[in-house]
Amino acid sequence: MHTKTIAQLAQGLHTGDFSSVELTQAYLQRIQQYQSLNSFISITGAQALAAAEQADLAIAQGKAGPLTGVPIAHKDIFCTQGIKTSCGSKMLDNFIAPYNATVVEKFTAAGLVSLGKLNMDEFAMGSSNETSFYGNVQNPWAENTVPGGSSGGSAVAVAARLIPGATGTDTGGSIRQPAALCGITGLKPTYGRVSRYGMIAYASSLDQGGPMTQTAEDAALMLQVMAGFDPKDSTSVEHEVPDYNADLNNSLQGLKIGLPKEFFDAALNSDMATTIEAAINEYKKMGASVVEVSMPNLKLAIPAYYVIAPAECSANLSRMDGVRFGHRCSNPADLNDLYIRSRAEGFGTEVKRRILVGTYALSEGYYDAYYIKAQKIRRLISDDFNKALQEVDVIMGPVTPTPAFGIGEKTNDPIEMYLADIYTIAINLAGLPAMSIPAGFINKKPVGLQIIGNYFAEAKLLNVAHQYQQVTDWHQQTPHGFE
Amino acid sequence: MQWETVIGLEIHAQLATKTKIFSGASTAYGAEPNTQACAVDLGFPGVLPVLNQEVVRMAVKFGMAIDAHIAPYSVFARKNYFYPDLPKGYQISQMDDPIVGIGHMDIEVDGQSKRVGVTRAHLEEDAGKSLHEDFHGLTGIDLNRAGTPLLEIVSEPDMRSAKEAVAYMRKVHELVQYLDICDGNMQEGSFRCDANVSVRPIGQEEYGTRTELKNINSFKFVEKAINIEVERQIEIIESGGRIIQETRLYDSDKNETRSMRSKEEANDYRYFPDPDLLPVYISDELRAAVKADLPELPQLKRARFIADYKLDLETASILSSSKELANYFESLVKESDCDAKICSNWVNGDLSGALNKQGLAISQSPVTYQRLAGLLKRINDNTISGKIAKQVFEAMWSSEDTADAIIEAQGLKQITDSGAIEMIIDKIIADNPGQVEQYLSGKDKVFGFFVGQTMKASQGKANPGEVNKILQGKLKR
Repeated sequence: MHTKTIAQLAQGLHTGDFSSVELTQAYLQRIQQYQSLNSFISITGAQALAAAEQADLAIAQGKAGPLTGVPIAHKDIFCTQGIKTSCGSKMLDNFIAPYNATVVEKFTAAGLVSLGKLNMDEFAMGSSNETSFYGNVQNPWAENTVPGGSSGGSAVAVAARLIPGATGTDTGGSIRQPAALCGITGLKPTYGRVSRYGMIAYASSLDQGGPMTQTAEDAALMLQVMAGFDPKDSTSVEHEVPDYNADLNNSLQGLKIGLPKEFFDAALNSDMATTIEAAINEYKKMGASVVEVSMPNLKLAIPAYYVIAPAECSANLSRMDGVRFGHRCSNPADLNDLYIRSRAEGFGTEVKRRILVGTYALSEGYYDAYYIKAQKIRRLISDDFNKALQEVDVIMGPVTPTPAFGIGEKTNDPIEMYLADIYTIAINLAGLPAMSIPAGFINKKPVGLQIIGNYFAEAKLLNVAHQYQQVTDWHQQTPHGFE
Repeated sequence: MQWETVIGLEIHAQLATKTKIFSGASTAYGAEPNTQACAVDLGFPGVLPVLNQEVVRMAVKFGMAIDAHIAPYSVFARKNYFYPDLPKGYQISQMDDPIVGIGHMDIEVDGQSKRVGVTRAHLEEDAGKSLHEDFHGLTGIDLNRAGTPLLEIVSEPDMRSAKEAVAYMRKVHELVQYLDICDGNMQEGSFRCDANVSVRPIGQEEYGTRTELKNINSFKFVEKAINIEVERQIEIIESGGRIIQETRLYDSDKNETRSMRSKEEANDYRYFPDPDLLPVYISDELRAAVKADLPELPQLKRARFIADYKLDLETASILSSSKELANYFESLVKESDCDAKICSNWVNGDLSGALNKQGLAISQSPVTYQRLAGLLKRINDNTISGKIAKQVFEAMWSSEDTADAIIEAQGLKQITDSGAIEMIIDKIIADNPGQVEQYLSGKDKVFGFFVGQTMKASQGKANPGEVNKILQGKLKR
């Protein structure tokens, strides 16, 4: 049962092959069994079973929606009313939100059953899930390797079939990179497509929630629930939500694929290049044509990102001050002591580093040189993509420069860690939608293919991904020991 | 040496919206602490601000009223600093692109008119309150006020005396209430002011080093605080010292200013555009709608009062200083059909006096314009004299009766029947032969005695004109 996709589970629930309670119990049992992966921060069995009973009732009464009764889990960045939302941080280890994130609200309204909250890098800052206060998450494909981050718990839970689908968020690659390293499908929608309300902000102008699933078809089903304008989020866009399933089976005959030459330079490991080229050959077989495109400003993406994201996070995380919620140091001597110790104790090293970088970049005398310049670069990068996307339907390339690296391998070298997102960050700066889909293995470690589309072209991306998954079976592989 | 004072004001006007600038929580004053703060106001993780469009409309209205440039595009920015009553660790304000650009206000001081430049006016959210009493050495935080919309109105350093500063502040105070964008309540903090003050030798072009005075929340204190600060600065400079740029707090109890923090200690607020909010675009439709909705402004109303009602400048200024007062006056003229001069005398005289005595606003007047008109009509048609009218007015103040009912019930109708007056006069002449003799022998003053006696005998009800006429006939020399 646990290898089934969301689409299959939804069908089984509707035809009565199994109940939501049975499904929920089965997945909860698996979550318990594989707790050593450390993919969950909170498991909410009792609430899940109650929701599953409601779902079964709705199905029996014919009041169910297409996904009623399907289990999922949320990245612990989405606020859940009455359930701890830690954001992977000691700072929020005691935080119980009095409200649901819009995304959580939508899944609940659609009848999906949440089994718990998934591990992540602290405040979504990290590319290996090693910055989590709750410990690192084990990649099920290879012992002692990282799952990627920051949505590492989501990626592992789906890869190990502990859950058929999960929510994630992507600020610089946090859905796509772990999806790639764990051999699953991940979609970062267009900025503004999915509400950010109740999704704890890391870098507000870059953060975007999205689905992490086994298949593109499942991603379409989940996105259908998540997407849409939210009056509570001024940056969400009033753009019609199409039927994401409608185009999945469109032919790719005549599809124009752009390959940025900067994606295939020396930084890309040769095995990776071979794997990606093989995937692109599959597309050629389906009738697609390939052209080289250029993104001359791509090399500036990481430096621009590491000014903009820390600048925004330095302000976003100011509210974690020990005054109204979250960690507060014991016996503060005065106000300054309360601030300093609460924040020093509550935040981890990477979070502190980014707050400091951002504070510096926004300081008087540096603002123009860093923040304003980074915003200009951001515009140039967007222009590069927009220009390319006038000529091609989608852009393809690798998601990561290498497959999963070892736990602890890059923790002492932040720059090396930041380079793990070299192919994903630019897409966030441009605000475009992009996917990562399983495209092969190197030494039994999964490799992801990245598909980038135009603004609000999620349906196109899903179509392109789904067609590939009709002629390949990389996405159906299950790590050894989790079959 | 002769010194010149240079003053610029930063006025915070709380916009009179029902809900907060970025959340749906109520802005009503005086609720139990923290009962009017929702998750957005509390700055909880994950929450997002959504701009209340009403504040945009109000800011545009203000901008139009001061002839200012309305920015077609303005941006909200985060002003970063830590304080317990600032929930997010930053205040959402506007920095580089304020909604209202350069404009001006005209003020009058000692009969002289003067134009004060307005540099800008921008939108921002208020912080909460830190409460230091009643918490046994701890601090309590009340976030009811957090997120209340403010319009910060920044003037040019155009004022040259505390008097001018007060005149400007009053003018802005009057205007925001005229526009219905601020209730102007200074006790509740709806209208607050900081003053930037410096001095320079007369004739010097360069500005002196300025200090910023905080916490001056009444017209009286603005004047006192500026004067005391100017004295302090001159004293320092004249004794060879130098002014430090700093923020100073005015202590009204001790009538002194004292240092809060110097420029060196000042925060670097690290402003940057708030990524949670989109830029504000002011459409032509909004402009047109606000323009159509703009009331007659005090300056224009005053000019019209002088032209239409033949009022003098001072009377017209007083009557046009508040929209409610002006409306009361105009309604009274219309309703009573009396001379505008009489109406203005009553509004600025007896009515204002009675209101002031009880600390009431014109809108709270127990005597409505309709009831006052009823009284003025009776003066106009000689039913009662002006003197009796004051008595009737007093009775109206403490009852809900009409003037007519009071006149009737208390028998205050003027006696115009010459036969009745003649009878009273005949008796007075008969009773006072000595005074008659004095008058007839040439003492004109004694005539007043007879008038007084007649009025007294008639309990003030005899028509004074008639009394004069009859007395003159009877006491012919």
